[in-house]
Amino acid sequence: MNLGGCSARNGVAVVTTAIPQLAPEAWRLWIVTTCQTARARLLALPTAATAEGGRCVYAILGLDTRNELRIAATTFPAGHAAYPALTPDLPEAQLFERVVYEQHGIFPEGHPWLKPVRTQRDYPFFAVEGDAVHEVAVGPVHAGIIEPGHFRFQCHGEQVLHLEIALGYQHRGASALLRVATPARRAVVAESLAGDTVIGHSWAYAQAIEGLAGVAVAHHAQQLRALALELERLANHVGDLGALAADIGYLPAAAYFGRLRGEFLNLLMELTGNRYGRSLVYPGGVCHAFTAALRARCGTKLAEAERDLKAIADLFFAESTVVTRLEQTGVVAKKVARQLGLVGPAARASNLLRDVRTDYPSGAYRFHYIPPVRLASGDVYARALLRVLEAQQALTFAAEQCRIVHRVEPGAPCESLAADRLVVSLIEGWRGEIVHVVRTDAYGAIDAYDVVDPSFHNWMGLAWACRGGQISDFPLCNKSFNLSYAGHDL
Amino acid sequence: MWDTFKTRWQQGHRTQAFPPAQPLPERFRGRPTIDAGRCAAGCTACRDACPTEAITLAPLTFDLGRCTFCPACAEACPSGAIAWTPDYRLATRTREGLLLRDAALPLATALDRKMRALFGRSLKLRQVSAGGCNGCELELQALNNVVFDLSRFGIQFVASPRHADGLVITGPVTANMRLALQKTYEAVPDPKLVIAVGACAISGGPFLNSPACHNGATSTVPVDLFIPGCPPHPLTILDGLLRLLGRLESGRERNTA
Repeated sequence: MNLGGCSARNGVAVVTTAIPQLAPEAWRLWIVTTCQTARARLLALPTAATAEGGRCVYAILGLDTRNELRIAATTFPAGHAAYPALTPDLPEAQLFERVVYEQHGIFPEGHPWLKPVRTQRDYPFFAVEGDAVHEVAVGPVHAGIIEPGHFRFQCHGEQVLHLEIALGYQHRGASALLRVATPARRAVVAESLAGDTVIGHSWAYAQAIEGLAGVAVAHHAQQLRALALELERLANHVGDLGALAADIGYLPAAAYFGRLRGEFLNLLMELTGNRYGRSLVYPGGVCHAFTAALRARCGTKLAEAERDLKAIADLFFAESTVVTRLEQTGVVAKKVARQLGLVGPAARASNLLRDVRTDYPSGAYRFHYIPPVRLASGDVYARALLRVLEAQQALTFAAEQCRIVHRVEPGAPCESLAADRLVVSLIEGWRGEIVHVVRTDAYGAIDAYDVVDPSFHNWMGLAWACRGGQISDFPLCNKSFNLSYAGHDL
Repeated sequence: MWDTFKTRWQQGHRTQAFPPAQPLPERFRGRPTIDAGRCAAGCTACRDACPTEAITLAPLTFDLGRCTFCPACAEACPSGAIAWTPDYRLATRTREGLLLRDAALPLATALDRKMRALFGRSLKLRQVSAGGCNGCELELQALNNVVFDLSRFGIQFVASPRHADGLVITGPVTANMRLALQKTYEAVPDPKLVIAVGACAISGGPFLNSPACHNGATSTVPVDLFIPGCPPHPLTILDGLLRLLGRLESGRERNTA
């Protein structure tokens, strides 16, 4: 079957001129048919400036079962531009099209939900009308120590009919900075896209630059990156379990999971000098050596953590009141998850097998297969249990890396980037699929940089999960997704 | 029930003493030391390597308020004039105090007598993330876990600014959060404190001069305590808070290299 578009692989740059340029209608048709008939997914919809002052929009489609990406582009002239929206046929495109409209004024005709994404000016909230219907507004400043966002619940009695989440408060101009900043600054901004996903985003950034520079990274450096990425996954998964335990009032598990989370962060600090692994991954390699003493220390700490995780998870999931509270709360059915384009643990808990580590493996994941976990029920219970199962796998994987990684040599610098290239870099962060798309101009300078954090796909999933439940279910749904505001707002 | 007790027994006592008995790991990048005497004439390597424009020359000055504590400057320095120490004590009362020229850093001084009488034994804080990436927010949350156990010092995070004695601000203050930050500040009853946590909240950090941000908390509200880092270690935050409250003897805790 000829799928059309330009074929690409994760982290390998393609020549920009090899990407077919289609008329807007043909481009739209190609995206919709490829997604509907070949089970492709829309991974990103980045935009770049053209020499004539217009806008070129790339559609990056992923074929999960073929480890292949397909790219096609369309160009809109400067001034008023419009095309028939993708969203009516492809709901997963809804937020992408809103971003393109908000940033570049390219109007998606027939878009059913064309609301602001990263600005709060006159946000048109959906309102349910009728007797005994009331509205609850929360935020942007929330009660806990978390990032800001504004939530509106439309309720009928106890029942939540609709939840609308308006974000954008965290918009820091990160994508624009990544385009114009110096390489040193770019690395720090990439690490700060989402502060709980430092390794995920810095690796995605490094992989993109390595692809553009044509630099191959030493295998041991790739293994150390994978070890750090799994430690990040462990810290966050375990932390989320603790937060869930706290929200249902089961404090022993909350305290123990909270402490265990710190053990993984401290291990990352021993490895990198920073609890979140900042300054470890850079284009070309890793900053720190993996000494024999560190290997031994990592091995011991991981073995201890494995015992602790089992004991605490058994305590948590053996409690019938815990399980009852989690089961059938915040259900996202598989069909809905697919339509919304969910990624990461949220997708896998709704029975969708999506994992960059197995679908588009790069680095150490090309040699070490991690069998993906999926669960069928799509409720908070599934999203919680999935975290335990993934944490156990991550522990096994990390322990294995500790045994085999020996010396890590300083990597090759990525000084000059190839001209007229586009690279798509995918990493499975703990929250799901991270996408960085970078384009270079005729001089090898970066002229377009687009980031898709997994939260970008999953916020709508959280809104959906709350439907039909009670407001008191919201904290559980929220913790079970644990999405990034900064990663969404960029 | 038996399993509950067994797990409790296995988990043991995990709360860390403060100040900690053990130094932080060797690779931890706390307060840097700079020895300008070793600098070669005309060398600009560290300034050029710094991602956040935290280093100025003649005299060699590190702005720890901009510093993300990445190792770039020390790696770039050809004469080994820059070194990282595992000293986590970094908080200061003034923005100028974070300009590091030699080994001495003017650590945060205590509040005046009247404010200490009010807040010294019970301090309630409201956290506002104004564009923070969630790094500093997570470290503030970590203070509530059993290891750092902030509440043993009488310091707590509260849900409403009206219940608070002060604000803890993280993030570079995005244009979209500025109004919310102002309103939250106004909602805190007087007298009140403001604590800026992390490079973003102090100077903009990685987002310095981004058109979508305001280069930190001082753009919008007056700040009483600056806690640098990217993100600061929970011990750095704890140390800053306790110094502000006059709970650490400044004489004994002098910062020495």
